[in-house]
Amino acid sequence: MSPALVIILVGSCVGASCALVGSFLVLRKMSLLGDAISHAVLPGIVIAFLVTGSRASVPMLLGAGSLGLLTVLLVELFNRSRRLREDASIGVVFPALFSIGVILISRYASQVDLDLDCVLFGEIAYAPLDTLTLAGRAIGPKALWVNGSILVAVLLFVLLLYKELKISTFDAGLAATLGFSPVVLHYLLMSAVSLTVVGAFESVGAILVVAMLVVPPAAAYLLTERLGPMLALAAALGVASAAGGYGLARWWDCSIAGAMALAAGILFLAAFLFSPTHGLLARLLIHHRLGGRLAGELLLLHLRKGGEGLPVTVLERRFGWEPRRLQRVLSKLLREGWVERAGEGLRLTASGSQVLEDSGRMELAHQL
Amino acid sequence: MELSFTARNVLMGATMLGALGGMLGSFALLRRQSLLGDALAHAALPGVCIGYLITGSKTPLPLFLGALAAGLLGSLLILGVVRWSRIKEDSAIGIILSVFFGAGIVLLTYIQKLPDGNQSGLDKYLFGQAATLVEEDLKVMAVLGGIVLTALLLFYKELKLLSFDRAFGASLGLPMRRLEVLLTLLLVVVVVVGLQTVGVVLIVAALITPAAAARQWTDRLGSMILLAAGIGALAGVAGSLASALVPRLPTGPVIVVVSSGVLIVSLLFAPRRGLLWALLRERQVADRIRRENLLKDVWLLGERQGDWEGFLSWPLLMGVRGQTARELSKSARPLAAASLVERSGDALRLTATGRREAESVVRKHRLWEVYLTRRLELASDHVHRDAEAMEHALTEDAVLRLEEMLGHPEVDPHGRPIPRRPAAPAKPERSVAA
Repeated sequence: MSPALVIILVGSCVGASCALVGSFLVLRKMSLLGDAISHAVLPGIVIAFLVTGSRASVPMLLGAGSLGLLTVLLVELFNRSRRLREDASIGVVFPALFSIGVILISRYASQVDLDLDCVLFGEIAYAPLDTLTLAGRAIGPKALWVNGSILVAVLLFVLLLYKELKISTFDAGLAATLGFSPVVLHYLLMSAVSLTVVGAFESVGAILVVAMLVVPPAAAYLLTERLGPMLALAAALGVASAAGGYGLARWWDCSIAGAMALAAGILFLAAFLFSPTHGLLARLLIHHRLGGRLAGELLLLHLRKGGEGLPVTVLERRFGWEPRRLQRVLSKLLREGWVERAGEGLRLTASGSQVLEDSGRMELAHQL
Repeated sequence: MELSFTARNVLMGATMLGALGGMLGSFALLRRQSLLGDALAHAALPGVCIGYLITGSKTPLPLFLGALAAGLLGSLLILGVVRWSRIKEDSAIGIILSVFFGAGIVLLTYIQKLPDGNQSGLDKYLFGQAATLVEEDLKVMAVLGGIVLTALLLFYKELKLLSFDRAFGASLGLPMRRLEVLLTLLLVVVVVVGLQTVGVVLIVAALITPAAAARQWTDRLGSMILLAAGIGALAGVAGSLASALVPRLPTGPVIVVVSSGVLIVSLLFAPRRGLLWALLRERQVADRIRRENLLKDVWLLGERQGDWEGFLSWPLLMGVRGQTARELSKSARPLAAASLVERSGDALRLTATGRREAESVVRKHRLWEVYLTRRLELASDHVHRDAEAMEHALTEDAVLRLEEMLGHPEVDPHGRPIPRRPAAPAKPERSVAA
C-alpha cells in the first residue's frame, strides 16, 4: 500500500467514526463535551505508557477511555452540585486533566517517547511507517488497524442502538417512558466518543479531533432534516475532509492534520452558504422573494381600494418606500399584467383581482 | 532565595496574567461564556502566524496585533454562524475553534519550512513557554494589562449591569451591544497576553478556574473580581516558582493544577456554598428527623396502650420502622442525653419533657392531616404521607396559626385526639435538636 493511500485511509476512518458519534453530540448540544474529552484523555494515554512501557494499543484505549468517562463524570458532578454551570464545569475540568498529562510527559518524557507536538498535531504522517506484526508477519499499518476497528465498532454501536439513540436524542422523556434509560445511553455514547477520540488522538491530535467531531456533523445538519441521511452525510463529509486535507497538505507542503481541519472548515463554509434549505444564500433569497411578493400584494390591495387611476405619487407618499423599490415592484406588477396604466394613474386588472383573491390577503383589505 | 533573571520574568508574567485572567474570567463565568475564551485562544493562532508572515519579525507587537485581529474575527464568526444558521452556539464554538486552529497549524508548518523560519519560535504559543518571556514581552503585557484594568474601572458599573441584567441596562439606554463588544475585546486582549505564558489549551483555565473558585466565597461582583485576581496571581506565583525550582516542570500546567486545587478547596469548604457544609447540614436535618420519629413512635405506642409510663422493649421499637438495634440506639443516645427518654437496659420510656416534645410532633402531624382533608379536600387515607414530612418542617408559629385557622380541632381525620399545646412549652422551637 502506498503511504499516501495509508494516510488517506487512516484519516477517512477517523473522519467517519468521529462524524458518526459527533452527529449525536451536535444534536444533543454537547459539542464542547467532545472538545473536553479530546483533551482530557491525554493523562490516560500517558499513564498507560508509563505503566506498560510501550505504545501498545489496548492499554492505551483503556487508559484514555477511562479518562474520557472520568471527564464526563466530573463535569456532571460539578453540574449536579449546582455550584458551577455546565460551560464552567467543562472549562475547569479538561484543562486540569490536560495539565496533569502535560506535567507527566515533561517529567517522564524520556521514558514515554511521546512528545508534546504530536499531542496537538498528531502524527498521521508517520502512520504508514508503524506496521503491526502478527505472528512474525507484517500485516499492515497499525494506525489503519486501530482506526479501522474503531470505525467498525462505532458503526456497530450506531446501527445496533440506532432507534434508542434517535429517541433519546430527540425526546429524552419519551425514551424514559419507553423503558430505556437516557442516562445509560448517555454514558454509552460518551464511551463511544472516548474510544473514537483515542484513535483519532494519535493520528490527528487533540484539537483537530474536535474538527472531525463537530465540523462535518454541523455541515450535515445544515443539509438534511433526517437523522439517517445526516449520519451518512456527516461520515461522507468526514472522509472528504480527510482526503481533501491530504491533498491540501501535499499541495502546500504543510501539516496534514491542520489541513484536514481546514478542509472540514471549507466544506462547512460551503454548506453554510449554499445549502438549499438552510444555507445563507437560500435564506436571503427566500427573504427577498417573500419581501417582494408581500410588497406586490400590498400595492394590489391599495389599488383595489383606491379605485380608478391612483397616481404613483400617492403610492409613494403612502408607502414611504424608496422610489427605486416602488418602481421595481410596480414594473413587475405591470409585466405580469396585474396592473395597467390609466391616464396619470394605475388601475387593477381583472387578473390582478384574481391574484389578490388567491393570495389569501383579502382580510387585510378590511383593515386598510 | 535567589531567582535567575529569566525566573523573575516568568514570575512577573505569570502573576500579571493570573490577575488579569481572574478579573476577565469573572465576567465570562457570570455571562456563561466560559468556553469563549477557549475558542478565542485557538482562533488567535493563525493571527500570530500572519503577523509574523507580514512583518517577518518576532517582536511581540505585530504578533499581538495579529492574534488580536484573528481572535476578534473568530468571536464575530461565532456570533454570525449562530445568527445566520440553525447551528447552536456550542457547535459554532467548536467549529471556529478547530478550523481556525487547523489553519494556524497549516501556517505554522508553512513558516517552519521557510528559510530561517525555524527560529521564528512561534510554536511557543501552542503550549506556552513562560521561560521564553523576555523583557519586551513583559512591557507589552504590562501596557495591555494597564489598558484592560483602566477599561474595567471606567466601565465597571455598565459591565456589571451587562452581566446581571442586560435588559434593564438596555432600558436605561446604555449601549449594551457596544459594551458586549468591549468586554469581548478585553477578553481577547487577555487571551493574547496569556498565549505565550500558558499556551492555547490552558488559557481557558487561567480565565475560568480562579473565577469559579472566587464565586464560591462571595455573592458580590466586586469582591469576586478581586478574589479571582488574587487566586489567579497566587497560582501564577506558585506555578512559576515551582517550575523554577523543580527541573522539567512546565509553568503553565502547574499554574492550572494549583488554581484547580484552590477551586476544589473552595467548592468543598467555602462558607455557605461549600459542599461539605451542605452535606453536614443535610445530615443534621436527617438526624433530627430520626430523633423526632423515635420520640413519636414511642408516644404512639403509649397511646395505643393508653399508658405512657411503661418501658417499651427494644424489639418492639425496632419493629415499627424495621430498624436495626444499632440504628435505634444511635437515635436513642442523644435523646437520653437530653433527658427526653429514660433507658433501662434494653427498653426505654419517655420522660415528662420527652412526652411534651413527642406530643408537639404528633400535634403537627395530625393538624396537618386536618388541614389537608378540610381545606384541600383530600381523602383522609391520602394525607398521612404528606403529614409525615410536614411534622418535621412546620414551625411552632405556623402550627399556632394553622390551629387557629382550623378552629382548634379536637381530633384528626382518623378520629384520634390531637394533643393540646403544652401549657408552658419547654423551648419554643425545634428543641429536639439536642
